[in-house]
Amino acid sequence: MEETARQRELILAFESSCDETSVAVVENGDKILSNVIASQINSQKRFGGVVPEVASRHHVEQVTLCAEEAMTQAGVSYADLTAVAVTYGPGLVGALLIGVSAAKAVAFAHQLPLVPVNHMAGHIYAARLVKPLTYPLLALLVSGGHTEIVYMQAAGKFEIIGDTRDDAAGEAFDKVGRVLNLAYPAGKKIDDLAKQGQDTFHFPRAMMRENNYDFSFSGLKSAFINTVHNAQQRGEALVPADLAASFQASVIDVIVAKTMRAVKEYGVNQLVMAGGVAANSGLRARFQQEIAAQAPELDFVVPPLRLCGDNGAMIGAAAHVFYAQGIRGDGHLNAQPGLSFAYMTPERRATFSK
Amino acid sequence: MLVLAIDTSNRALTVALATPQQLLGEVTLNVKQTHSDGLMPALTYLFKATKKVPADLDRVVVAQGPGSYTGIRIAVTTAKTLAWTLNKALVGISSLAVIASNVLEQGRLIVPLFDARRNAVFTGAYQWQEGRLVNILADRHVALGDWLEQLAATKKPVTFVGDTAVFSDQLTAALGGRAEIASAACALPRGSQLAALGSQLTPVTNVHSFVPTYLRMTEAEANWLKEHPANEGHEPYVEEI
Repeated sequence: MEETARQRELILAFESSCDETSVAVVENGDKILSNVIASQINSQKRFGGVVPEVASRHHVEQVTLCAEEAMTQAGVSYADLTAVAVTYGPGLVGALLIGVSAAKAVAFAHQLPLVPVNHMAGHIYAARLVKPLTYPLLALLVSGGHTEIVYMQAAGKFEIIGDTRDDAAGEAFDKVGRVLNLAYPAGKKIDDLAKQGQDTFHFPRAMMRENNYDFSFSGLKSAFINTVHNAQQRGEALVPADLAASFQASVIDVIVAKTMRAVKEYGVNQLVMAGGVAANSGLRARFQQEIAAQAPELDFVVPPLRLCGDNGAMIGAAAHVFYAQGIRGDGHLNAQPGLSFAYMTPERRATFSK
Repeated sequence: MLVLAIDTSNRALTVALATPQQLLGEVTLNVKQTHSDGLMPALTYLFKATKKVPADLDRVVVAQGPGSYTGIRIAVTTAKTLAWTLNKALVGISSLAVIASNVLEQGRLIVPLFDARRNAVFTGAYQWQEGRLVNILADRHVALGDWLEQLAATKKPVTFVGDTAVFSDQLTAALGGRAEIASAACALPRGSQLAALGSQLTPVTNVHSFVPTYLRMTEAEANWLKEHPANEGHEPYVEEI
């Protein structure tokens, strides 16, 4: 009985990097006991995007409510907890500071270890809540703030092999959504619209054939806006469904082609896709199709929708790994809005090339 | 009753542990730093040096604003989380009242000023009455010129405290001999004063809904309300999903 109690690792995890306040209790890095998420979308859609000061204000309103509900739903007490974890970056600095301040206060009050977590590591480890991860693996992170491919040789080891040079994929979705007069956030609406249309506009596939794993979506965004504006000037009406389908096809073509090439070059057996844009049904379907054709052995893991967006459980899952590695934060822990994994060095990169 | 006081409203950071009878300790830093970096180490030292643990607390008192938005959020989030997680009482005090309480003169209006830029201030008016600091004119965000007119109309002698240096010419021009400026030392908030002010008040009934007193709507929300006076179709703003 005592043995079981000692083996039960419980992490209380805080996430507040953007417009969701979330607190979760995760057992042993893979079991969600609670995952309370308060979304500000209803507020932020007034402004067509996330206003940082508004986001920070909502986080203060929500943080202890979410924490209380997370503890209650999990049915645990502070004495049961192993550690407190928190996202400290990347994200909006004012928003991050609420989770960081609250997590530090709980850790201090109950003399618990504090585990700082990189938000992007959280997105990857959302997959651990679905099934065990097998290394080496590649993770494709696609969200409103990021589009990057990360190589993981082992648990808790992250190297970026490709990143966006300008806009993130999710950002492009939101900007295009605005041109199509779709309410923020536009990702789901474009995805739905795209299903009813055809790729008739053949927008550019930026950097698709370049010998790297980087992305660029600003050219696509401009091409899209120009197409719509030129048509407006000619008084010509374009079919929104075809515009959405053409835009989405360009994004998907580039992401899937480059990711599949990376899968082959790096010889991984598992591919994790995470982040808000991982919810896109067109992207998921294309990956499944290409994997079946090109790499049927590849284990493709996409967390369920609720775990693709920002949430505390993914932070708790990542914290399990960092806790075991001895990573701890102290009272000085601060928000790091520009936090990023390191790029893979050219020397290491060379060891993978054929 | 053991009281913890926290104020990170502006540049200074001050924390104190006190009972209603005596101050046990205070840490006050007046350097440019991020409060997220400085606050918890200061609390850790304060508890260790006074040989107390967080569970010993009865009450958390926090300077609730106005002030730097980030600063008041760090203090309020830390204070409300401590109060919630330890199940202790929580009291919010105006950050302006904290420095007003440094001025001990009787009979005069005590007017704290925080520079809100563009010649506007966060301010209010206080007065000592029977040993208690009483708020006479509510805290507000106001153009300095309008505020000085209002103060002149009271015909009362006024002692300004806080960010007075940048405004001193305007203060004396508006109020002449009725204006006095408190020493710079009075402009520094003290956790010990905050603890004393907070010991007297009734705690908040709902810790969860406790938020900073910003005194200003965000620009984005103000613009939205201008165009959507009925604020149609968006509340509740935050929903559990």
